Amino acid sequence: MIDPIFLAEAAVNGILLGGVLALLALGLNLIFGVLDIVWIAYVDLVMLSMYLVYFLVMVYGWPIWLGALAGVGLGVVLGVLVHVLIITPILDSPPINQLLATGGLLFFIQSFATFLWTTDHRSVRLTLPIIEVGGMFLSFARLVAFGLAILAMVGLYLFLTRTYIGTAIRAVSQDRGAMALMGADPQRVYIVTSAVGGAMAGVAAALLSIQYSVHPHFGAAFGPITFMICVLGGLGNMVGAFIAAFIMSEIISVGGVLWSTEMGYVIAFALFIVMMFARPGGILARRQ
Amino acid sequence: MLALHEVTAGYGHFTALWAVSLRVERGEAVAVVGPNGAGKTTLLRVISGVIAPRTGTLAFESTPLTGRPPHEVVARGIAHVPEGRRLFPALTVAENLRMGAFLPAARRTFAETLERVHALFPVLAERRQQRAGSLSGGEQQMLAIGRALMSRPKLILFDEPSMGLAPVMVLRLFDLIRKIREEGYTILIVEQNVRQVLKLVDRAYLLEVGRIRMEGRADELSEQDFVRKAYVGL
Ligand SMILES: Nc1ncnc2c1ncn2[C@@H]1O[C@H](COP(=O)(O)OP(=O)(O)O)[C@@H](O)[C@H]1O
Ligand SMILES: [Mg+2]
Repeated sequence: MIDPIFLAEAAVNGILLGGVLALLALGLNLIFGVLDIVWIAYVDLVMLSMYLVYFLVMVYGWPIWLGALAGVGLGVVLGVLVHVLIITPILDSPPINQLLATGGLLFFIQSFATFLWTTDHRSVRLTLPIIEVGGMFLSFARLVAFGLAILAMVGLYLFLTRTYIGTAIRAVSQDRGAMALMGADPQRVYIVTSAVGGAMAGVAAALLSIQYSVHPHFGAAFGPITFMICVLGGLGNMVGAFIAAFIMSEIISVGGVLWSTEMGYVIAFALFIVMMFARPGGILARRQ
Repeated sequence: MLALHEVTAGYGHFTALWAVSLRVERGEAVAVVGPNGAGKTTLLRVISGVIAPRTGTLAFESTPLTGRPPHEVVARGIAHVPEGRRLFPALTVAENLRMGAFLPAARRTFAETLERVHALFPVLAERRQQRAGSLSGGEQQMLAIGRALMSRPKLILFDEPSMGLAPVMVLRLFDLIRKIREEGYTILIVEQNVRQVLKLVDRAYLLEVGRIRMEGRADELSEQDFVRKAYVGL
């Protein structure tokens, strides 16, 4: 029998992991909701920002908070660049072409990262303590990452509901054509959306870099789970993605303690497939 | 104020409008009537820049409008109340109206315009925190019109505003459009409700399979045998 304290610890770790996964899923979902295009390479952009944080902090000796801010900045720049260089030309192309283009970007980034930085795993080494709470041992880095992820999501929520351009972004995701009739230049709304989605990727990168080492295939580790969360929550559905992130992270974390991490992923993917039959529109969609 | 000269437009290889010429003078109310599929919606889409004409030209206030994108057309003073209303259903009534004032110039006079829209449609003030998707059909149409007014247009394009409304509501709606007219807006309206709309406008065009078949003063047109039989149902 497993000690209940381990289960409790796994459950808490699941919640902590869920925060960062939710952040990734919300960023990807925001872009999808507005542009109807899935950025297959989203987590690979996260990886590029993680490399920046790594080099700035470990090689150039920047303080972590400054490196993290730079990571967010790079996320914004990458978000805008991807939109202007790759998405804009294929905006009206058939979905399969869009998939191929953003998928191609994924392979490009992976190969280029391997070429530049080899397959070495690099980690930002911070001496962060392990905290004991009621017999559970929790990583301080994870707690900080969780707190900041929640903060970033609150910020995103306020941006989307309290600002003019944020409301316009929600409006475009409901009816693209009607928003143009309001006098909004769609391209401007797209760029802001991509910049905000990129910023979310940058924040996620900063938070991931204090917990995981970065390598050229980092996207392969976190990309699929991020897509699954988006689909499970209902593509474009922000609340659904938020909830789905915690469901998935709990399964992975608790499954990991009960059996093994691999088994946790197997269960998560199996649940995903079953859910796609039961509720293809996502967990919050009404049953057909 | 608005002039279309031999505009041809369509979708892909399909031509929906054939050399359509049409004028709307300042302060005028003009209707375009015609059966389903005649090209009425396409005509309004060409004016608001959603689709570019293949040939022909458009001008607004004596400056060319041909091929300008929708956001520029709105900035020039043309608002479009689209077919099927096209509200943002998950946004509140207040947010929908705010989106109507997206243009910088409209945003500056937002409070004043909102007051006028609320005076015209008190129900929008009552329901400002409600989601647009939860309004009744009539209220949704009022919101769609209010949202268009928020951009402070000179010319308003209406695409079948009475579509899907209960008969009582249709009468109220035409009263409201009449009121909007009296406030000095220029109006171009597309309707299948021919009898009602001819009472509202000064002039009308009859569009059939993409071509203008007839045009004239509303009172003269409604006396024409052809119109009476085919559209007014008398
Ligand atoms: N998006 C579209 N793609 C292809 N054909 C269209 C499209 N919209 C309308 N049409 C066609 O153009 C013609 C005119 O349509 P429309 O302007 O909507 O007519 P109306 O508004 O008078 O009912 C119709 O034959 C219709 O089938
Ligand atoms: Mg129509």
